[in-house]
Amino acid sequence: MSETTSTVKPVLEVKDLRLHYFTSKGAVKALDGVSFDLMPGEALGLVGESGCGKTTTGVALLNMPSPPGRIVSGSIVIDGTEIVGMPENELRRTVRWSKISMVFQGAMNCLTPVYTIRKLMVETWKEHAPDASFDAAAIEERMLKYTRRVGLPDHVLGRYPHELSGGMKQRVVIAMALFLEPKLIVMDEPTTALDVIVQAQILNLIKELKRDLGLSYIFITHDLATEAEVADRIMVMYAGKMAELGMSEQIFAAPDAGAASPASHGSPATYGSPATYGSRGPLHPYTQKLLASTPLLRKKVSELAFIPGAPPDLIAPPPGCRFAPRCPFARKKCSEAEPPVVELEPRHLVACWKAMEDPAYAVS
Amino acid sequence: MPSPENSHAGAKTPIALELKNLRKEFHVHRGKTIIKAVDGISFSLKRGEILGLVGESGCGKTTTGKLVMRLLKPSSGSIIVDGEDTTAESANSKESDFAYRRRVQMIFQDPYASMNPHFKIRDVLEEPLLIHKVGSTKTERTEMISEVMRKVKMTPVEEFLDRHPHMLSGGQRQRVATARTLILRPEIIVADEPVSMIDLSTRAEILQLMKTIQQEMELSFIYITHDISTARYFTDRIAVMYLGRIVEIGTQDEVIDDPKHPYTKALIQAVCEPVSGRVGIMRELEIKGEIPSAANIPSGCRFHPRCPYATKECSEQPEPELIDVGGGHEQACRRWKEI
Repeated sequence: MSETTSTVKPVLEVKDLRLHYFTSKGAVKALDGVSFDLMPGEALGLVGESGCGKTTTGVALLNMPSPPGRIVSGSIVIDGTEIVGMPENELRRTVRWSKISMVFQGAMNCLTPVYTIRKLMVETWKEHAPDASFDAAAIEERMLKYTRRVGLPDHVLGRYPHELSGGMKQRVVIAMALFLEPKLIVMDEPTTALDVIVQAQILNLIKELKRDLGLSYIFITHDLATEAEVADRIMVMYAGKMAELGMSEQIFAAPDAGAASPASHGSPATYGSPATYGSRGPLHPYTQKLLASTPLLRKKVSELAFIPGAPPDLIAPPPGCRFAPRCPFARKKCSEAEPPVVELEPRHLVACWKAMEDPAYAVS
Repeated sequence: MPSPENSHAGAKTPIALELKNLRKEFHVHRGKTIIKAVDGISFSLKRGEILGLVGESGCGKTTTGKLVMRLLKPSSGSIIVDGEDTTAESANSKESDFAYRRRVQMIFQDPYASMNPHFKIRDVLEEPLLIHKVGSTKTERTEMISEVMRKVKMTPVEEFLDRHPHMLSGGQRQRVATARTLILRPEIIVADEPVSMIDLSTRAEILQLMKTIQQEMELSFIYITHDISTARYFTDRIAVMYLGRIVEIGTQDEVIDDPKHPYTKALIQAVCEPVSGRVGIMRELEIKGEIPSAANIPSGCRFHPRCPYATKECSEQPEPELIDVGGGHEQACRRWKEI
């Protein structure tokens, strides 16, 4: 973290966060010791399969786990304020929406159908505005500012959700997340339900907001290709833990010249040699597999890869590395001891025994 | 002929399925509004071929699938299976629907929603056999169920047969859904977004399995999807639909590597790829807005309001038909040579 100067403080610091769902069958360890931070104006992507804990991380950042979930331990500091352990009404008044807001998965289809967009926004204000003053003219002005900012015409404020298209509703949801001018927005699969052209339009909007407003956000998706469009850094999660966290350039480092030949991307046989993706490529076998199973439209490969098996049961996760049962490189050690999170090259954290031991990855 | 025994023997036409100028209109608001969901589409599906129907929501791809399944009755046009017009007056009976559905089966998007949650996997797979009176004894049916379970690689079979759908993963459920369509040994399968609810990490596994089975059983397959990337890996030919019509059709390589229609170009342009250095760059999108309503189809070429190349001619002249641009690659833009 050499370039991080001491004057700029991270907008978010998460340390050893653990969130468990207490079910009748036992505690589901959905988040089991996750740490990361986010600088102002930075975008972090969270990726992984269903059930890896990415959405759980998102809601944990607002300290609103869905029952029977509870933050067991760890710390979340947003803009200098610790929010773990904060009372509910204080969270609602001083943290949610004013410091951190969230675009929930499928939110565009959950807008109250009997409210106009204007009324929905006013409700947000009443619920979360820090000083709770109600100056109708000021609120109207703020509403117009953000509806225009997300590229919607003014008359949308008087419309009902069913009168808007999918892309417009998603813009409304983003405007609502921006409305109280938070430092940080969590976006959970904001483009998954949209068609490809509308998706590209929304991704452009998110990029614009980042560029023009200096917005910091966490972008959650299962799709690495979308992440490449919007995230400066990428955290790959597996079974409630961080597998790898690196700069987008590191995670997507081209498999060098080999990328042009169809066999090098997607064929498991090539993973053995680090030369195919260079020392700055993805280092965790899970990330490599995830990338290889992402279909490339423009560059056709002979066969798409997939990851056999399924993620482990999080009530009783396997000992050692949680990916070991599905990992083609797993050795005895992997199923015995859990790999630590190690910074294998500057700003590139990996939790994998193989990556640590491989001489090609040695820290210079 | 649709023989009740559904035998695969005998002379087969090289074309498994042909749609001729198929249309489906929905009359809503007491007939005041007419939604032209499918507005004159024609294509043929060769035996043993996988055809992808690709397009945005509302382009009519699912309606087309339902028409082929006879879940909907076409407003006009014909569906020809094995050289026989199944939309003819004579084929309009419950009995013919029944015989038809043994030959044409569907895989739905949400495998969980398409299975009775009270049923065990054994019952899910036995039901089509009972309905179609296939297999006279329980033992015979169990043998057929085991065989099809092995085919979709749900082994050891005994371990899964007594489970309920909720005890399976998404990928396993879609395997069972596939097994259920295969158990009647159909000739044509319509798969509507079969992998869109499955994790990216296992999507390729399911698609590969479907392709292996398709080749083994010489099935003809219609793959309906909004995801042109998976279509590239799974299909032989791709038909791109826009507002109820096919705007481009050709082999998957032709359509993706050398698209001719501006809509196909825009679709391909909008797809994200996992490469670095994209965060600061806006994706160039030539086409604006969203797909209009099928209740209010634009005049002339229906794509002209969103098309960056549209001229006066495009909105005023009658709609262009599909034009062959070489080797069976067809597209419906009158300006394709200039753009």
